[in-house]
Amino acid sequence: MGKALFDKIWDGHVIADLGSGFILMHIDRLLLHDMSGGKALKEAIEKGYPPAQPRLTYGTPDHTMSTLPGRTEKTYAPGEPLILSMRETTSAYGIKLFDLGQDGQGIVHVMGPEQGLTLPGTTLVCGDSHTSTHGGMGALAFGIGSSELVHVIATQTMIQRKPKRLRASFEGALLPGVTAKDMILHLIGELGTAAGTGYSVEYAGSAVRSLSVEARLTLCNLTIEMGARTGMVAPDDTTYEYLAGRDYAPKGAMWDRAVAHWRTLPSDPDAEFDREHTIDMKNVAPQITWGTSPEHVIAVDRAIPDPSKGPEEKRGAWEAALKYQGLEPGKPIEGTHVDWVFIGSCTNSRISDLRAAAAIAKGRHKADHVTAWVVPGSVRIKQEAEAEGLDRVFLEAGFEWREPGCSMCLASNGERVPPGKRSVSTSNRNFVGRQGPGARTHLASPAMAAAAAIKGAIADVRKI
Amino acid sequence: MDKFTKVTGVATPLMRQNVDTDLIIRIERLVDNVTREGLGPYCFEQIRFKPDGSEDPDCIFNQEPYRDAPIILSRENFGCGSSREGAVWALKGMGIRTVIAPYFGDIFNNNCFQNGILPVALPIAEIEQLADEMKSSPGNARVTVDLENCTVVSPTGRVIPFQVDARRQHAMLNGLDDIAQTMSAKDKIEAWQTADKTARPWVWL
Repeated sequence: MGKALFDKIWDGHVIADLGSGFILMHIDRLLLHDMSGGKALKEAIEKGYPPAQPRLTYGTPDHTMSTLPGRTEKTYAPGEPLILSMRETTSAYGIKLFDLGQDGQGIVHVMGPEQGLTLPGTTLVCGDSHTSTHGGMGALAFGIGSSELVHVIATQTMIQRKPKRLRASFEGALLPGVTAKDMILHLIGELGTAAGTGYSVEYAGSAVRSLSVEARLTLCNLTIEMGARTGMVAPDDTTYEYLAGRDYAPKGAMWDRAVAHWRTLPSDPDAEFDREHTIDMKNVAPQITWGTSPEHVIAVDRAIPDPSKGPEEKRGAWEAALKYQGLEPGKPIEGTHVDWVFIGSCTNSRISDLRAAAAIAKGRHKADHVTAWVVPGSVRIKQEAEAEGLDRVFLEAGFEWREPGCSMCLASNGERVPPGKRSVSTSNRNFVGRQGPGARTHLASPAMAAAAAIKGAIADVRKI
Repeated sequence: MDKFTKVTGVATPLMRQNVDTDLIIRIERLVDNVTREGLGPYCFEQIRFKPDGSEDPDCIFNQEPYRDAPIILSRENFGCGSSREGAVWALKGMGIRTVIAPYFGDIFNNNCFQNGILPVALPIAEIEQLADEMKSSPGNARVTVDLENCTVVSPTGRVIPFQVDARRQHAMLNGLDDIAQTMSAKDKIEAWQTADKTARPWVWL
């Protein structure tokens, strides 16, 4: 029997079999951010375990600072100690930090691929559940908790149990207005928020092959919203073109050697999966979430679901979600009044995302009652966007153009949607209170978010 | 790691699906200078308290006999979402020792075992029956979760077996530390790394 991409990487990283299904796995890349990075380093050091492989460890602050233009770590005072602690601990052990105000700083899941730190066939972990993002490069990447983080700092390994394998194949061409964000939201809508629990996911099919690396990162980013810790796309020429020449990517003869190895990674034709699911791209339209779980999602031209007509076991959750969101079942979701628009986050803050949003915003103006933010994913993306004039497009359309960070995705930095206000957001979670206590979130693609800002209501990007 | 052997107490039926870690602990509490041990008062604050900060009497955690219960009963996918270990610290701070649900978010599940909190997976029908037994005998009903024997004993004395990884069971019963165990394999780690530097030199920066 052939091997799947996942198994090839997994098997290549087994240091020891620990019995009862557990292995000791080598970790090739550890990424740190300010929420947990400094604290975990401190804890490891206090326990007598200095960082085992500082040169395989990289950090950048993203969670706990303001994204206000001209910001420093002091702008959002509660986050300052976390950023200072990260700076101090990384510097003490020679860990490279892409610090505030420096080239390379950005959202950690944007920074890794952008720098060429995320490589196909590597194992990569970070104390953040959206670490699955890096799977878009063909890496085995997953989020971990604080204790596991200390374990990796101390040993450069993890104790892991092999998950099952799920392959999600998207076949056909993307219809107009459809993006990777719509693909993954559609999949979560079909399978539910727990389908991936206990699984690793491989995204395959002709539609996935046609996606850019940035789009594949978006696809893998939401894997955790389906319950799986890791999601991946097999590396191919698209991956190598993206990676070639990046700061930390191999160069010269070493590059050729690496690519030769990476070409052996894609799943063999006879690889077996524990579960297979195929999506026909003809059925995927621009998506918008209506409730408080990413599985509460519909095509933008559909009506808000009626709990009494839904599955019985979901009725209570749907009713509670509609109540929290202040929505009426049966009404079209298009046209729902929107107060805030957030374009950013590790899901959708890359240059292609900003271009897609700017294409909608160009020559138009946001609705008067909407506050619209654009938060680029990294310093480099911000510079690239400014060189293209995207900042002007957004500013002229009445959007705010801000500094890189996690911002309003999770409200850990003083940036939140006010209570009771409705936001269309390009981020990854529409949980109760995620964007601030009482905030009502609708997840969508960057173009859909920009369209909502222009219309002042949930809008179908295909009609703009 | 804290040991876990057996817990007997009131079990709170928080019968919701997809209890995410944002609901368990708001992210700001992990930015603010609150210690791990001090997170208990903020656990489930979005449902325990009204916007004005007063207790919501409709929330089951604010009702007797559930106020100090060490066990939570819940529906599918408890602990989904963010990897924040603060969710487990907050539960622990609130006095929770074990959560019974059909299944758990993978990262939350791992985080529990790092902190001596036992996630117990049971079929939803069993959990619903436990919830019914708790509600039908308020004040007197107790649930026991026994890790040594891998059983849950219901208020009426039904014995329900559950499964747990043998490795994790052993580590939790004995309060073993993962890092110390891994450190004992230091030679193997170094040998693997030496070989990998030859096989995949581009990984090593």
